[in-house]
This record gives sequence, C-alpha cells and structure tokens, in this order.
Amino acid sequence: MSQQLITPEAVGAPTAHCASCPIYNSAQLVKLGVDATGYDYVIALAGNPNTGKSTVFNTLTGLRQHTGNWSGKTVARAEGGFRFRERRYKLLDLPGTYSLLSTSADEEVARDFILFGRPDVTVVVADATRLERNLNLALQVLAITERVVVALNLIDEARRHGIEVDARSLTRDLGVPVVPMAARRGEGVPELLAAIADVAAGAYPARPRRLPLRDPAIERAIAELTPQIEAAFPGLPNASWVALRLLDGDESIAQAVRDGTLGTAVAPAAAAATALA
Amino acid sequence: MTLADLPPGATAQVLALGGEGAERRRLLDLGILPGTAISVEARSPLGDPTAYRVRDTVIALRREQAERITVRRPQ
Repeated sequence: MSQQLITPEAVGAPTAHCASCPIYNSAQLVKLGVDATGYDYVIALAGNPNTGKSTVFNTLTGLRQHTGNWSGKTVARAEGGFRFRERRYKLLDLPGTYSLLSTSADEEVARDFILFGRPDVTVVVADATRLERNLNLALQVLAITERVVVALNLIDEARRHGIEVDARSLTRDLGVPVVPMAARRGEGVPELLAAIADVAAGAYPARPRRLPLRDPAIERAIAELTPQIEAAFPGLPNASWVALRLLDGDESIAQAVRDGTLGTAVAPAAAAATALA
Repeated sequence: MTLADLPPGATAQVLALGGEGAERRRLLDLGILPGTAISVEARSPLGDPTAYRVRDTVIALRREQAERITVRRPQ
C-alpha cells in the first residue's frame, strides 16, 4: 500500500511561499454570503459606475447581487461576508460614484461611508480600460484614507483593446497596492484577497499619493477651521477634509454642519454591526 | 463657440467651464476640464440631450449644460 494520502500532516504547515501562491490563497477563501456577523474587518467597495464593483462583491461573497448597467442599481449599500486566512470580513458594496465631491443621493451614501464609516479597507474598483477617468476617485479616496487597495478590474477587456497597464509602477505612484484583475473570470482574486488582508492588518507600508493644494491661503484657512470642526464634532474623522469642503462652498456639507448631523448618517462600522446583529 | 454649437462627429478642445457650485463640480467630475478633448457622439432625435465622448466614456449633457462649456475646434 504505497498510496499517499494528502493530509494536512503530510503536506505540513504552510511555508512563507504559500502566502504568495494564488492556489493557496484561493483555497483560503470561504464565501459567507449574507452572513457578515462576528467579523474582524469591514471592507468598503467603491468605484465609478460600471467598473464591475458588484461582480467583485459577488465573487468574494458568493452572493448574486444584481449586476447590470443602470444608474442607481446599487441603491443603498449591499452587505455580505467572506473568510480569508482565519479572518472574517464584512464587505459593503457602495453605489457607483465618479467623485466624493459632487453629490447625488446615492453618491452621498458612498461618500459618507468612506469618510465617516471608517472601513478598515476601501477597495477602489477601477476600470482598466478607462484608467484616467477612474483615477480621479482613487486620488480623492487616497486624500482621506491610506487604507486603500485599487482593484484594476476589466483587465481582460483592456488587453483585448491592446491596453497594457503597468500595475507595478502604478502601485509605486499611488503608494497603495494595485491589483490587476478580471473579476468576471476570477482572475486576480487571490491577489486581491492577499492585498486586502495585508492592508486590513496594517501590514502594508502605504505611502498614499496626495495632491498638494499649492495655495498657502487655503492651507491657512484649513488649519484655522479644522480645530473648530473637531471641537463641534468630537471624534469626527477627516475634519480637515470637511474644512476644505466648507471653503469650497459644498452646500450638503454646510447643511450637515449647521444642523449638527455631520457624520451621524453613517454609524461607525463597529456600531453598525451591533445594530444589525 | 460653445459645446452646444459643435456638430455631430466633430472634436474640440475645452477652453473654459461656466457655471458654478454643484453644476460646475459635476462637469469637472465627469472629466470635463480646460484642455480636455471632447467629441459629439450622437444627438437624440429631439436634439436634446446630446451624447459626448470624453476620456473614453460617452456621457449625455443637456443643451443648457453644453452651452456653458466654451470650446475651440482645431484649425
């Protein structure tokens, strides 16, 4: 009887190489569907409309959230869960948005969650065939958090159009992991999971690309305004971002400051979980 | 000339954006900045709105929005 059984004992403990192996990483994924209870990390999926956010969501959670090309498809936020390398993740699919600065009702959901919901990781799903357009949102998200992974989706379609994206250089330029993928075909999913796990655990040395304001007067005004916002809204994250929006005349932010509801529409991720449980 | 004057098929470069506040912000977020190339993809049967191609994406703008965008056609 020389038949070898492949048991955990026979295979042995995973080595350091396993962590970078796609096969090993895929095997570590357990799709939990709508079960997002008792999670360790909250992951937000953001991105322009029609970048395949919901496809990424479905791939990771095993759910079949409607995918389709029309405005406001993801009305509020859809939630699901998955487990990867012994950690449980709650995944939120946010409505598609071109920007965090101008706001329609569904875009406000996305903006408020990224700003005030404090996800452990924000995954910006970008369309590799329209990278220039998609980097606008990526840079806006990087301006408020460094816990970001850029999922460069539709890479198969880009290839078909003869577009080659240098993900390594892009990773260096943006200062956060950029993962080329084709969620529809499962390509790049193991790499995405590994990047999410690293950023969530704080193991990735992020150096987020931040655009300078290049205007000392605005910088002074922000420095003056920020402590006042922090005093009026204790514990509010991203007060300097709020200051910049006020200086820019953002009416929805100004209204939220006036009536004291700033940041309260979205409970912090942990509190939201308790409410849902 | 303004974007609204551009005939179907023509390409132009954005010179300036009019309007202010949320309206202007929206156009910027759609990738319409001074210097951006923009072309007329198709006009709806009633002449409004019009589909424009900007940065590899087709977007629809109403006439009143297009009128606020100053463009120049290449010589």
